[in-house]
Amino acid sequence: MSAASVRKREPAKVKKPSKIGGAATWADDRLGLATVAKKNIRKVFPDHWSFMLGEIALWSFVILLLTGVFLTFWFTPSMGEVVYEGSYDQLRGITMSEAYATTLEISFDVRGGLLMRQIHHWSAMLFIAAMFVHMMRVFFTGAFRKPRELNWVVGGTLLMLGILEGFAGYSLPDDLLSGTGLRIADGLMKSIPVVGSYVSFFAFGGEFPGEAIIPRLFTVHVLLIPGLLLALIGLHMLLLVYHKHTQWPGPGRTEKNVVGYPMMPVYAAKAGGFFFIVFGVTALMGALLTINPVWLYGPYDPSKVTAGSQPDWYMGVAEGLLRIMPGWETELFGFTISWNIFLPGVVAPGIIFTTVILYPFIEAWITGDKREHHLLDRPRNAPTRTAFLVAAMTLFGLLWAAGGNDLLAILFNLNLNYITWFMRVAVFVGPPIAFILTRRWCISLQRQDEQQILHGYETGIIMRSPEGSYSERHLPIDPAAAYYLTSRDRDEVFEVGSKADGNGVVAPGSRKNTVRARLSRFWFADNVQKPTRQQLEEGHSHADQELALHAADAHPADGHQYDGRHDVAGDELRKE
Amino acid sequence: MSERRDNEMAVPGNDDATLDPHSAQSGDPIDNPGLPAHRPRPTDIDRAAEKRAERQVAGMFGLATLCALLFGVAYFTLDIGEDPDTFLGLGASNLALGLALGLALLLIGVGAVQWARKLMSDHEIVEMRHPVASSEEDRTATLAALRQGTDDSGIARRPLIRNSLLGAVAALGIPAVLPLRDLGPLPGTALEETVWKPGMRVVNDVSGLAIKPAQVQVGQLVNAEPAVFFARDEEGEPLLEGPALQAAKVKAAVILVKIEPEQINALPARADWGVEGILCYSKICTHVGCPISLYEQQTRHVLCPCHQSTFDLADNAKVLFGPAARPLPQLPIGLDDQGYLVATSGFQEPVGPSFWERGDR
Repeated sequence: MSAASVRKREPAKVKKPSKIGGAATWADDRLGLATVAKKNIRKVFPDHWSFMLGEIALWSFVILLLTGVFLTFWFTPSMGEVVYEGSYDQLRGITMSEAYATTLEISFDVRGGLLMRQIHHWSAMLFIAAMFVHMMRVFFTGAFRKPRELNWVVGGTLLMLGILEGFAGYSLPDDLLSGTGLRIADGLMKSIPVVGSYVSFFAFGGEFPGEAIIPRLFTVHVLLIPGLLLALIGLHMLLLVYHKHTQWPGPGRTEKNVVGYPMMPVYAAKAGGFFFIVFGVTALMGALLTINPVWLYGPYDPSKVTAGSQPDWYMGVAEGLLRIMPGWETELFGFTISWNIFLPGVVAPGIIFTTVILYPFIEAWITGDKREHHLLDRPRNAPTRTAFLVAAMTLFGLLWAAGGNDLLAILFNLNLNYITWFMRVAVFVGPPIAFILTRRWCISLQRQDEQQILHGYETGIIMRSPEGSYSERHLPIDPAAAYYLTSRDRDEVFEVGSKADGNGVVAPGSRKNTVRARLSRFWFADNVQKPTRQQLEEGHSHADQELALHAADAHPADGHQYDGRHDVAGDELRKE
Repeated sequence: MSERRDNEMAVPGNDDATLDPHSAQSGDPIDNPGLPAHRPRPTDIDRAAEKRAERQVAGMFGLATLCALLFGVAYFTLDIGEDPDTFLGLGASNLALGLALGLALLLIGVGAVQWARKLMSDHEIVEMRHPVASSEEDRTATLAALRQGTDDSGIARRPLIRNSLLGAVAALGIPAVLPLRDLGPLPGTALEETVWKPGMRVVNDVSGLAIKPAQVQVGQLVNAEPAVFFARDEEGEPLLEGPALQAAKVKAAVILVKIEPEQINALPARADWGVEGILCYSKICTHVGCPISLYEQQTRHVLCPCHQSTFDLADNAKVLFGPAARPLPQLPIGLDDQGYLVATSGFQEPVGPSFWERGDR
């Protein structure tokens, strides 16, 4: 190793003989934490409400760990059959799996058990919802850009694992509803070409439902996935600390600094307090809002089902995909390919997650942007990206609604088949419409920003000229606001020739570059760029001229003294 | 790049935007005006406001303690179990425990945030970012160390060792994957077989009683099962129970419907599969295997409650709508010598969701 990479460890300095100092010295003598801690105790975190969304996910996960451990003390993950003899009268004497019986025991015979079950389930819903919304925030603001692409990948993996974890946990009570969910999962496995029935037999330890799936899912739910989640959340946080948080542009904020409040004490109090708030809210939900009342569904019986069966919300998209897919099946040389199940149930989720994971790299390739970004984009300043997510949200919403097509039919007294047909068409038509609308909307907002920067804001003061024409006075916006509006990058459209060789030799991969140039033009060409200094000065001198004209006027209209260019101390509106 | 300015405190607001290579190159129209001046909060300048905030925070922490104590009281006083205490129709124990816990936590949380907002310093601090990439020297040094390490090992000069090691590690795939083989048995023909046999009675799925044609009315749908589900051996033990029964149910559950014979549009080969207009179909959806039983007697359509595939029972359970691709398999039925409904054969195709080799045999 060269000398440059060796960091000389300095011995811990002798601190003042206070109690805390004594403990710190004791710890540092053994752990050498001071070097790391000195950087991080006053680490700066920028403040914005949207930075709290990921925190909700983090704290929900902690709540899940705490309540989950409590539940394992009573829950028996076994499909062995017992006759229920517990407190819930309606099911007494019925044969059921131990998993279901102990879930009933937790719900009826353990004080606080139902509360913990409901907090656990509510925070699971919240965990996944918060991850979704957090990810959308990161996407809309471009926080996934270099150097944070890998943290985006970690986040996407966390979301995927969270959904699997939720499904595994939801299946554990072995009630009629969750059993139906597993039955559907079995159908999805069987649809995989060539190996489908083997996958199913290996997963269920034989023919569905078998005796193995609940204990296996238990291991997956309490050990395998939580372990992975914990490790990946740790990595996510480490990278967050290393990269430092992104921040919104604004006065005093640059790509090179972080402006905000220190970890100790402000963020420790705010974020730590926020853990208690999230836990408190989920506890109130557990107290007041019933969730997954498994005792009403009864034990799983593969020959029974209830109408209006619905999975947890995050599976709604998968459910919708399954519901609206036409019944296509191919027989080839005596073998069956179930497109109707395999495409929506296995292929589509794979495509969706791959797109999510790869998005930062795809966008960076199109834009050719290799710089580091620590200042966030306003969604309007990345119209194509914003439109892409809104299109995806539209697709998500449509599929989610399609997952409840039977409930929609009942609620709105509509024909179920018409709803399904509508959805079949809408999932192809809706997202492009949303894309176009959002993109134009963003560009309009950019134009409005440009107007404000160059010509100021509309004052509401209507002027009448000596000739009798009316016009509205514009006044310059606040300098800090103007800086905020202009504090963004200029978009550069990638040109094919831009990487050209001086001798006119066609660069290898020029076809790829053509595609890239076309995509880049589509991505950026319609965007409104921020004005140059010269444009801004022209705009302002125009305003100054106008102002001078009015000043020359013998009777300037009242109210003009508040245009921000005059000293108005002691001034007031004239009363006539 | 080599100098790490990590954690260096800058003067607030004087971190000039022109330092920023991006904006310098793109020519910012407006210079960074710097951080706005700090505005004091009421608690910074008004002693009374400060005291009030202090009381608020301490008050919330005090109330949180009270709620935690109330949790304890509710835990011991409110009954659950067979004769639970209720409040407005809700379980009193769950409600009280949840409210007390929720409020205790919320009050701690809100108190802490209030403390941070009102009483802790709200001066914004500026911290400099450091380049994410390591310095050039560090990179060079690391690469040099890596090279020295590989050179020392001689891995490049000794391909025999390298290749045999790669081979050995790759071979570890066998012990890594093979033990998973016993996760489950091979499917074999299990998915193609059900417990139905010629002569097995079709019985009511709840009572287990055999069914005579006269007991089924036109427009009625009966959930039925093979009689073997209710059969007992000589010692009075059920023949099928536990997982074996569940696995058998997955494939053998059926529905009986009676349709006016002239409305039945049976395939020629299925002309004698029914009895007096009574037809028997698999109850298991051919989509992903949910049990089907939402029956519209006027149209004779049956709908799967999971994904809404619709089958026409009068027309060989053909798929009318939805994601299912195949009709529900039909079970040929007849009468035994006592006049009860029986299967005249097993299912002639696999029931339930499709799988790759279903058409193989």
